[in-house]
Amino acid sequence: MCLSVPAQIVQLTGNDLAIANMMGVEREISLRLSPNARVGDHVLVHAGFALHVIDAAQARETLAIIDGLGSGTALPGGEP
Amino acid sequence: MIDALGAPIAPAAWRDPERAHLLLERIWQIAGDRTLAFMEVCGTHTMNIGRFGIRPAMPSGVRLISGPGCPVCVTPTQDIDRAIELARAPGVIVATFGDMMRVPGSASSLAAERAAGRDVRMVYSPLDAVKLAQRNPASRVVFLGVGFETTAPTVAASILEARARGVGNFLVLSMHKLTAPALRALAADGSIDIDGFILPGHVSTVVGESPYRALAQDAGVPGVITGFEPLDILAGIAELASMATTGRRSIANAYPRGVAPEGNPVARDLMQRVFEPCDALWRGLGPIPRSGLGIRKEFSEYDALARFDLDVEPAREPAGCRCGDVLRGVLDPADCPLFGRACTPEEPVGPCMVSSEGSCAAAHRFRV
Repeated sequence: MCLSVPAQIVQLTGNDLAIANMMGVEREISLRLSPNARVGDHVLVHAGFALHVIDAAQARETLAIIDGLGSGTALPGGEP
Repeated sequence: MIDALGAPIAPAAWRDPERAHLLLERIWQIAGDRTLAFMEVCGTHTMNIGRFGIRPAMPSGVRLISGPGCPVCVTPTQDIDRAIELARAPGVIVATFGDMMRVPGSASSLAAERAAGRDVRMVYSPLDAVKLAQRNPASRVVFLGVGFETTAPTVAASILEARARGVGNFLVLSMHKLTAPALRALAADGSIDIDGFILPGHVSTVVGESPYRALAQDAGVPGVITGFEPLDILAGIAELASMATTGRRSIANAYPRGVAPEGNPVARDLMQRVFEPCDALWRGLGPIPRSGLGIRKEFSEYDALARFDLDVEPAREPAGCRCGDVLRGVLDPADCPLFGRACTPEEPVGPCMVSSEGSCAAAHRFRV
């Protein structure tokens, strides 16, 4: 139920609302929880709300973590 | 190009077989012949671990357990009974996420109530329920607030929206639950040994890393914030295996594209403005102090608990149903005597088989 669907913001329509493209389908979402989202941003959408703005650098960081773990490097976890 | 995860990296990257192979090799190498048990507490993890065949790919000593990650499943029968009571009240439209429809209460379900002519509507967003209230000014629209920290901010924002638009016939029955208190209860439960938590990606999108740190420090159980694609899940498990075998009791984030260290402060602010922590009853886990979210007094006009008399009879649980044990991770779904016999996705007995992301539904779909 915490499923979040990725989408790209196509147009800001005012009142914290936007049109977003979710895998080919356009629908209205609320930016109330991600007020800094802009046209072109990729966001995670949950229950009609953009919950998080994703950027390419974070995606690359995730991939780097995956590659690091695969080659035996531990994550920089907080010290106990 | 835009990938399926909303980031300009080719979509296949998160399902790349070569990378998956390296991660699996790493897991096998770290785990050796150790016995390790990792618990996930998110319905999407439950489904994707099954869907992508991750469980059978694990070394024989590594057990992946599904915990209380399905919000509908952890909602106790008495709350379902309250929702049904609301559906029966005159002039009420119940608006709900689809997952709640078929969950059995003591003697009925929302689906059965709808079939009997009550007005129960499925919505995609709580904002849709606010619009429904605007279009039906003569009715009271009660939204069933079920979900963890991912969902609660969207409901808080909808209550604020209703207030801003002057919509007085929108109400919420808040049954929201908080993840960290449940994890603490599980870590303290002597009946199950957990070597690490596969922490829920999208709950963490909101709460960030900090609520889990106390868990790692006090309960001594490490955790890795984990995304939902096959490589994400394998990376989370590889890191947990490494933590468990080296005695690092900390929290790491293997899903930085979906989770900032500080989470989403705007979402948390709205959640805290509208809700306050309250004691809550969980199916399987029982009562856990300050593990739920109640609507603050300042917003009581939107609180279905305050506006309706919802005294229900003591709940009756379905005979033989062991969803409670499944949710605590002490019983594998397939070991429930009802599983696949008296209880199937077509004729479910308990909520873990009803919900599309319940542990029993996942086991039935992917393991039988």
